[in-house]
Amino acid sequence: MKILGSEITPYSTYLNRRKFIKGTFATALATTISSNVFANHQASPDIYNKFLGENDTINSYEEITTYNNFYEFGTHKKHPSLNSGNFNPNPWSIKLEGLINNPQTIDLEKLLSKVTVEDRVYRLRCVEAWSMVIPWQGFQLSELIKIADPLSSAKYIQFVTVLRPEEMPGQQKRTIIWPYREGLRMDEAMNSLTILATGLYGHKMPNQNGAPIRLVVPWKYGFKSIKSIVAIRFLNEQPETSWETLAPWEYGFYANVNPSVDHPRWSQSTERRIGEFKRRETLMFNGYEEEVAHLYKDLDMTKFY
Amino acid sequence: MFSTKNFNRSKPYIFLLLLFPSLLWILQFITGNLGVNPIERIMDEFGLMALRLIILTLTITTLANIKKLKSIVLFRRMIGLFAFYYVTLHFSTYIFLDHFLDINFIFKDIIKRPFITFGFISFLCLIPLALTSTNQMVKRLGFKVWKKIHYLIYPAVILSSFHFYMLVRADKTEPMIYMGIIVLLLLQRIAKKLNPLELVR
Repeated sequence: MKILGSEITPYSTYLNRRKFIKGTFATALATTISSNVFANHQASPDIYNKFLGENDTINSYEEITTYNNFYEFGTHKKHPSLNSGNFNPNPWSIKLEGLINNPQTIDLEKLLSKVTVEDRVYRLRCVEAWSMVIPWQGFQLSELIKIADPLSSAKYIQFVTVLRPEEMPGQQKRTIIWPYREGLRMDEAMNSLTILATGLYGHKMPNQNGAPIRLVVPWKYGFKSIKSIVAIRFLNEQPETSWETLAPWEYGFYANVNPSVDHPRWSQSTERRIGEFKRRETLMFNGYEEEVAHLYKDLDMTKFY
Repeated sequence: MFSTKNFNRSKPYIFLLLLFPSLLWILQFITGNLGVNPIERIMDEFGLMALRLIILTLTITTLANIKKLKSIVLFRRMIGLFAFYYVTLHFSTYIFLDHFLDINFIFKDIIKRPFITFGFISFLCLIPLALTSTNQMVKRLGFKVWKKIHYLIYPAVILSSFHFYMLVRADKTEPMIYMGIIVLLLLQRIAKKLNPLELVR
């Protein structure tokens, strides 16, 4: 199946829309409603229609924010939305370390002033065989990599989630070895589809979705898209990742969406799109084959799942 | 208080109590109040209820060894049949709602995935139990044969607890609790077999 390139929002369109919104509503609303609510487009999902693939419809803000896998706040889908109220993502900083020329701890506000935040409407396919379509706001990970300026020996990137058991009740139980860790190969990280997201539906990132900043890698299973990132390490070898460490026979480092390689406990050939009654066929690389298939030309994906 | 008469009188209420959750979930399903993935949710609820009720029937048998509680055995058949009712709802949800009668896919799923195989065999084990649940059947088969058939509850409860255990991705606390209870109930039966004179109090 062909996926339209138009699913990725050009930055100019984003800017134009911003201007339009600012011009018409901002002055009227800014004084009475907080900036969060102002920026929230959950009541007008139509504005994202032009970025959608032919067969996709956007999921509602409610669906995206009440059905989450974020074990730091509990293992049930509704736990993150119920248990993340005490989590305070302000202020936030990210440590850049490892094989780079500019190791530093960078304040999120400062980072955002250096990068280009834009809309990206992506399908998200969970390893548990459900999926959603989500309007993220974020910037390309490649922009941050440029700031870090990696050495040529840096082949992989590891990401680490914040460790705050007092604010994240799920971390008080040893379900996973905390903190959660994920990783990408350098060429995957540099791919233009890979973003660090800071918002969804125009709203700053809700706690249950990985506030204030998370990875989104749309052609990989959702667990690769690590949330609430506090450290990014540049390494010369493949880092350990949380799910792979926990159950290597079930979850691999690559975790590319692949309908022909099943999870040992269930088939990956179909998925339930949240909000739909019948299952749909799962697409190779979650439908982003054109953009990413070349990364894996020489990889045996039944072995490196 | 624990007399047979009182127990018989309370049967209709227990019947309604056991029926109620299924009606509630079906109503919530129809009205869209089961969250954003209602098919998964209702399947999980039916399945968990079934497992709990199967364990409950075994618990009743154990507790009935206590003289004062002997009469609770009167509830066992009804609870067992309700366990079968919830397993049937669970299985039907999987067949009709989850996979839309895609027999090819379902067949492969049952063969290929141990966790589904376990659940399916457990369901099969429960069918003869439900079919032979009437007094008439006990008479027709003779108590000895009937009792032998009903030993199928043991593979059923063990397999369904594994079915649940394997489904959970992380934090296996809840399935472990059920497995712990099952082990205790089985140990009690073994102990009783080995020493039939001394009943467990």
